[in-house]
Amino acid sequence: MRKFLASAEFLAGAAASAVLFSSAAARADQPREWEVTFQAPATDMMRQIERFGNYTMWFIVPITILVLALLLVCIVRFRASANPVPSRTSHNTLIEVIWTVGPVIVLLLIAIPSFQLLTAQYTPPEEAKLTVKATGNQWNWDYEYQVDKSFSFNSAVLQDADRAKAGKEDRALYPRLLAVDNELVVPVNTTTRVLITATDVIHSFAVPSFGIKMDAVPGRTNETWFKAEKEGLYYGQCSQLCGKDHAFMPIAVRVVSDAQFKTWLETAKTDVPAANKALMAEIDGTNKVAAAGN
Amino acid sequence: MAEAAAHDHDDHRPHGWVRWVYSTNHKDIGTLYLIFAIIAGIIGGALSVAIRMELQEPGIQIFSGLAQMVYGMQGDAAIDGGKSMYNAFGAAHGLIMIFFMVMPALIGGFANWMVPIMIGAPDMAFPRMNNISFWLLPPAFILLLCSMFVPSAPGAFGPGGGWTIYPPLSTSGQPGPALDLAILSIHIAGASSILGAINFITTIFNMRAPGMTLHKMPLFAWAVLITAFLLLLSLPVLAGAITMLLTDRNFGTAFFVPDQGGDPILFQHLFWFFGHPEVYILILPGFGIISHIVSTFSKKPVFGYLGMAYAMVAIGAVGFIVWAHHMYTTGLSLDTQRYFVFATMVIAVPTGVKIFSWIATMWGGSISFKPPMLWALGFIFLFTIGGVTGVQLANAGLDRSLHDTYFVIAHFHYVLSLGAVFAIFAGWYYWFPKMTGYMYSPVIANTHFWVTFVGVNLIFFPQHFLGLAGMPRRTVDYPDAFAGWNMVSSYGSYIAAVGVAIFLYGVFEAFQKKRVAGANPWGEGATTLEWQLPSPPPFHQWEQLPKIK
Repeated sequence: MRKFLASAEFLAGAAASAVLFSSAAARADQPREWEVTFQAPATDMMRQIERFGNYTMWFIVPITILVLALLLVCIVRFRASANPVPSRTSHNTLIEVIWTVGPVIVLLLIAIPSFQLLTAQYTPPEEAKLTVKATGNQWNWDYEYQVDKSFSFNSAVLQDADRAKAGKEDRALYPRLLAVDNELVVPVNTTTRVLITATDVIHSFAVPSFGIKMDAVPGRTNETWFKAEKEGLYYGQCSQLCGKDHAFMPIAVRVVSDAQFKTWLETAKTDVPAANKALMAEIDGTNKVAAAGN
Repeated sequence: MAEAAAHDHDDHRPHGWVRWVYSTNHKDIGTLYLIFAIIAGIIGGALSVAIRMELQEPGIQIFSGLAQMVYGMQGDAAIDGGKSMYNAFGAAHGLIMIFFMVMPALIGGFANWMVPIMIGAPDMAFPRMNNISFWLLPPAFILLLCSMFVPSAPGAFGPGGGWTIYPPLSTSGQPGPALDLAILSIHIAGASSILGAINFITTIFNMRAPGMTLHKMPLFAWAVLITAFLLLLSLPVLAGAITMLLTDRNFGTAFFVPDQGGDPILFQHLFWFFGHPEVYILILPGFGIISHIVSTFSKKPVFGYLGMAYAMVAIGAVGFIVWAHHMYTTGLSLDTQRYFVFATMVIAVPTGVKIFSWIATMWGGSISFKPPMLWALGFIFLFTIGGVTGVQLANAGLDRSLHDTYFVIAHFHYVLSLGAVFAIFAGWYYWFPKMTGYMYSPVIANTHFWVTFVGVNLIFFPQHFLGLAGMPRRTVDYPDAFAGWNMVSSYGSYIAAVGVAIFLYGVFEAFQKKRVAGANPWGEGATTLEWQLPSPPPFHQWEQLPKIK
């Protein structure tokens, strides 16, 4: 994380590192102002993606610096005033072999962990304990819980007018364009399978802090999975241009404790709004107790 | 009087509008292409500035107003119309920059002008076909511009599906005629390019001067030859795909309609089978130009000439078997993704050969930093940045997080906007004295470079951060947390727009001052055949074929 930060900063030549560090260290579930890295991972998969991303930086930043340095050396040492008589060298087999084989080795060093990462993404550590089906529509999502008595509900962007009624006035927790009316609720530390499809045009189901992104294509069902490690509210956005309101169909996932999930699920089977209200009240209560405990 | 002059010179040279509209002269057609590319570039650039103005702050700023002004919409309809208009601007920006700016400038413009001269040919192999290749472009461009003003989705105008026009958004998602016009526009532009490609391949294979073997041919001609093959092989696939789109839209076929047995993903495979070679079509001629400029201003022959030529061949060949790396999130099987990761990474090797060979060409040279060389140096560095982020994106596992975010936008603008476009300006400042006979003001050219360099980096570097933080592409509005870098990016685009104004002023100034450039303003380093001709070259050159040692 820090390495990635440092190298990205180097390239940008950006200052204000204090701001960057403090904001990255804050909460873990949504984009931050002036962020220069991935959102903090909430799954082991995203941690692996981040680690691999940092790893590639160890190659690409030095390569970029090497090219820049060589260019600068040429500019300084071989400018016409410093070197009036040009050499006529136009071949050097050894150096040509080196700069062909060198990149091959670098690519191999990148490819090995890359293939491991890719394979891991398609190899869930265990059989999924919960299956939800996400169906993209212009411009909202339907979530269907495939449990003993399956049920579904719609999840659309939260309108400002509905904030008070929904009890979602805290704009830090429920940011504009990310907050939804009904979140996807899943239990913590549970491998969750997401089946993804669409009814009209192609959409894409993405949650950055989970490290997942899968297109929702009409007529086919794609599959991905995640295992969230921490309770909280995680946000993503539709990631395939889907028309007028592409910017306005966020994905919000509320990760809760097992017990909370069970309670929610029982009520949600018959009354999703009531289940959400009860869940939010309980989470707020727990937070207040935790705050008082501090 | 005119008759007498014609008899005196016996050049059969047409005059007035006939010279341009009926032109069969590769240099005149090249000039037409360049003028066309400048006009299209200004329009396409203006669209992108409008996009950046919209994204300068969170919320919907200018597009509802634009929809009100242009389409006469009111109230909520204007907001909805504005959102769709934003999507249409994005699609048109991409299509214009690719089909009507970069390709006409590099292939129609510079290649038309310079390839026959460089290989010692009097003209292109098929001069009349050259004429029709150019004159297909203005109607194609007009069709695309018209498509912005006709309905697409209900309550929306313009083709709002991105330049990739994925169905079903481009079929059932937008039933109005806008997409039909855009598809016909691409069809015509594609036909124009195929004709051009046939012309270049025939010219380069058959009309080289005596003694100029393929292995003695200038690298720009090599680059154009390879580009022409890529065009010839990839554009028919696009034509097939968009014809299927057209019949799906209008004649009840269901190639891409899932509930009637079609497959929307099939379109993506066909599109990217064209689309990926297309990005090499955009950059390969630039590679050729940069090689000549680096060699000229270092006063050294190109380092590793054969390696340079065959690196381009390799890039072109491998470019045909990597297309699905644009589709890692569509649900490709694990093994499919593994293959495309591997094949994509391979391309980095010949690309590395090119970068290091340019540096080796400079090494030991006696470098003068004239404007073309500044642009070439900028190209090498910025293309490297775009190249290494490309290596990151090649990894499907990492692309999971980066796909369809601003990271991708940053990546491909580093290789195209800061790569191909820098190569175009490098070529412009390199060959402008040759084409016009006038020398531009180096001060204006250098100012143009530095303003553009600062501007485009401010636009695109922060977009890496936005992408890492998860900001999706192609959104008219964004969560407030993304505001900071978006603001920086927007300011960058205004600076780059100033750069365009400086460029245009520089052209105007050069024609106004009429400083005589002379046959070879660049000195001993400029060894290719065009510098042996006067500036501008005669209407018909090489009536006596040059002998190549």
